[in-house]
Amino acid sequence: MSSAELTDAPRRSFTGRRVRLGDFLLQVVAGAAALAATALVLLITYKVVEGAQLSLGTYGLGFVTRVAWNPVAGHELYGAASFLFGTAITSLLALALAGPLAIGIALFLTELAPRTLRAPVTALVETLAAIPSVVIGLWGILVLGPQLRLHIEPWLHSGLGFIPLFGTPSAAGASIFTAVIVLAIMILPIVSSITRELFLGVPRDLKEGALALGTTRWEMVRGVVFPYARGGIAAALILGLGRAIGEAIAVTQVIGGGVFIHWSLFSGGDTLASKIAAQYQGATSNLQESSLIYLGLILLVFSLVTNLTAQWIVRRVARRQGVGIARA
Amino acid sequence: MSTPDFTSSGLRRRRAVNRLMELLAWACAAIAVGILGIVVFSVARRGAGAFNLDLLTKTPVPFALGPVKQGLANAFVGTIVIVGFAALMALPIGILVALYLIEFARPAVRNVVTLALDVLNGIPAIVIGIFVFGLFVVGRGQSGFAGAFALGCLMLPLVARSTMEVLVLVPTSLREASLGLGVPRWRTTLSIVLPQTIGGIVTGATLGVARVAGETAPLLFTSSIVGTQVSWNPSHALQTVPVAIFELSESPDPADHTRAWAAATVLLLFILFASLGARWLATRSRRKLEAAR
Repeated sequence: MSSAELTDAPRRSFTGRRVRLGDFLLQVVAGAAALAATALVLLITYKVVEGAQLSLGTYGLGFVTRVAWNPVAGHELYGAASFLFGTAITSLLALALAGPLAIGIALFLTELAPRTLRAPVTALVETLAAIPSVVIGLWGILVLGPQLRLHIEPWLHSGLGFIPLFGTPSAAGASIFTAVIVLAIMILPIVSSITRELFLGVPRDLKEGALALGTTRWEMVRGVVFPYARGGIAAALILGLGRAIGEAIAVTQVIGGGVFIHWSLFSGGDTLASKIAAQYQGATSNLQESSLIYLGLILLVFSLVTNLTAQWIVRRVARRQGVGIARA
Repeated sequence: MSTPDFTSSGLRRRRAVNRLMELLAWACAAIAVGILGIVVFSVARRGAGAFNLDLLTKTPVPFALGPVKQGLANAFVGTIVIVGFAALMALPIGILVALYLIEFARPAVRNVVTLALDVLNGIPAIVIGIFVFGLFVVGRGQSGFAGAFALGCLMLPLVARSTMEVLVLVPTSLREASLGLGVPRWRTTLSIVLPQTIGGIVTGATLGVARVAGETAPLLFTSSIVGTQVSWNPSHALQTVPVAIFELSESPDPADHTRAWAAATVLLLFILFASLGARWLATRSRRKLEAAR
């Protein structure tokens, strides 16, 4: 090896003036991919707004407050209010069912479960998230729906019928109630796995400190774990809500459909997402197609709001506590 | 928190509350595992009875009268084609995004792109379907490519995320050793860092495939108006397993329900094995990387 070669090598790598072609190429190609992924979000927003243009121009914001879905030519009129109501009632009730259950599961997995149960139960709960929505929907329409209609709904109606939520069960079998249960099953694993990671992040010395002061395990959870993870739990619940709002297929299968606002859980209805999915075989007019995309635009806005809020909370909590918590 | 009550009656009450809460937490876990058991069992029980090879080898017969041997071969082929193309699109891009974010990007850029990936992950599948409908289907008609693009959009954030998670585990000392030996940055990245993460990438790919193989919503608007023949050509709309299950589940005919159960069982088995396999791979590769640290 000549001395020229020895001095040559470092000069190339340390001056920093000449950027290697390979480095440049890799950085540009990888950077372009990252840019494309970011641009995709913007492109999605743009395309959905563009598709909804006709309906936006025709109805403006009045679309959001009108209860109507009439595709008959000459009498066409569309509005989102009943679907917004259906989305709100199904996703909020699903969250009310799944939220406490998920927190209970997370507590079990982090504080109570014997070592041998911990990994398998974690895996099983997360497996629930892997079941495709169309399979849950199939089970919901053919197994769960009839069971609820024959046994649970009449029982709730006879006991609690004075509350408008528990109205007369419909003969058709499909109901908002079935949709609520199906959605609760679908968001349970998401909320519980985020909450579990939050609870794992609670410093051990805080927990042991509380126990050493003579608290019971529950008092320790209430006094240390919950306050410490409060922000993160809120983020997990918001992400779960976002999932419930956006789920289309399983809800379409079990909810029955219908354009009206009513309080009875045991009759049919529609959500924004289920209405879009139910109309997949083609709209009959441009205005109808555009109105469906308008429903999608509302969904997109909801998903952006829930995700950004949750991310904002997560980042704030992470900065304050210096711990990273996982996303959905 | 108030001072604990140490009188004997107070202690008894506090212990009782604690016991109750522990029982409730056990019950929550039991309910979740129970739901999984009930769903999987009731699908598998109905599906196993209905399953035979005709499901995979025969095509559907529209308006069949009497017991005609029919299956969903077109749907299985369509799912393989569409999911395959989706993976071809999402894998390279997802890996490149992860490489850029971990190896090259400044923190501010990394934050923005990571946020975009999280937002993309949170956009409802049905909205992705509408987006691809507007992008490719309007004016051109449905196609397997459009469906694959929609599924690729869903896969991208999953692949990028799981690749990022293993990339950060690769020890800095390894990069420094390679750079110190005079290996250029791009070769260090591609032939030293990337091979270390192969386990994580395979995990991400498997999870991504498992997730999108069961997706129905993005395909309704992009690849659902189909014939009954088996086709490998993605420039036409292709039937897929989830869309077939969706249509059969809405049918009033019990014979259609039987086929839906059988197809659901096959799909569910594939997805459960894939996601449990991915989990196992993830634990293994993480343990290996952490041991190397």
